[in-house]
Amino acid sequence: MSEFFHMGGYAAYVWSAYGLSVAVLVLNVIAARKRNLNVKREIKKLGTAVQ
Amino acid sequence: MWDWFHRLGSPKYFYGFAGALVPWLAGLCVILFAVGLYLGLVIAPSDYQQGDSYRIIFVHVPSAWMSMFVYVLMAIFAAIGLIWRVKLTAILATASAPIGASFTFLALATGSIWGKPMWGTWWVWDARLTSELILFFLYLGFIALQTAIPDRQTAWRAASILLLVGVVNIPIIHYSVDWWYTLHQPATITKFDTPSIHLSMLIPLLIMAVAFKVFYITVLLSRARAEILDRERKTHWVQDLVRSEQI
Repeated sequence: MSEFFHMGGYAAYVWSAYGLSVAVLVLNVIAARKRNLNVKREIKKLGTAVQ
Repeated sequence: MWDWFHRLGSPKYFYGFAGALVPWLAGLCVILFAVGLYLGLVIAPSDYQQGDSYRIIFVHVPSAWMSMFVYVLMAIFAAIGLIWRVKLTAILATASAPIGASFTFLALATGSIWGKPMWGTWWVWDARLTSELILFFLYLGFIALQTAIPDRQTAWRAASILLLVGVVNIPIIHYSVDWWYTLHQPATITKFDTPSIHLSMLIPLLIMAVAFKVFYITVLLSRARAEILDRERKTHWVQDLVRSEQI
């Protein structure tokens, strides 16, 4: 198991590349959700303001 | 079939269609990533030259492929939009841009991390790296241009032209490793003869490539839904929909 994490001495490079990839993917999901929520909130606010 | 295609072009129908698809695609995505990572990090043997550092390939190459794929797709949307004025094209291209930019960033960053132990440097002004960096700026340019012009129609028209002009960069990225033979290694997979990579490494790479593609489609559909609401906010269906939801 520790051999797996060691990555033949390249642990720092391999895991930082994978860590960064996970971060980019997760941020994509969060950003999409946030955008969805913000748009709905905005429309709701403006919608009630008109009425 | 044609009729269905036509209906899909309507933002309201597309909103529902995308909403139904997203959870299934997200599930598929998780499975693909799990299998791809397991095969790539655990099962695949280490490389006889690069040791385990080569495993960065399983995130680097798919993100680099996607960086180009998303751009070409956006340019196709731009062309369709300019010719047939389909509303959905602007929505899909706008929703694609931040995802494509993030893939380009990832390709550059993971490449840099891979370059350090293998080439001894984080960055060189090699043709492949430089043209990929230009691609990143093209994405940022597209986003900036759209936010800078207040009128949506004009913004999309201008951004479309930028997209179409920027397409020249794509073949440059692809062939850069053959035209200017410097540090970056030439193509491994997309060669016309047999790929120079063992199956135990090729299979996880292809699974990861599909996982990235499904991920893109999932986030694209989800972002496109927000974009549709934003653009159709004055319509009755959007007003009703937002009012009925608890936020």
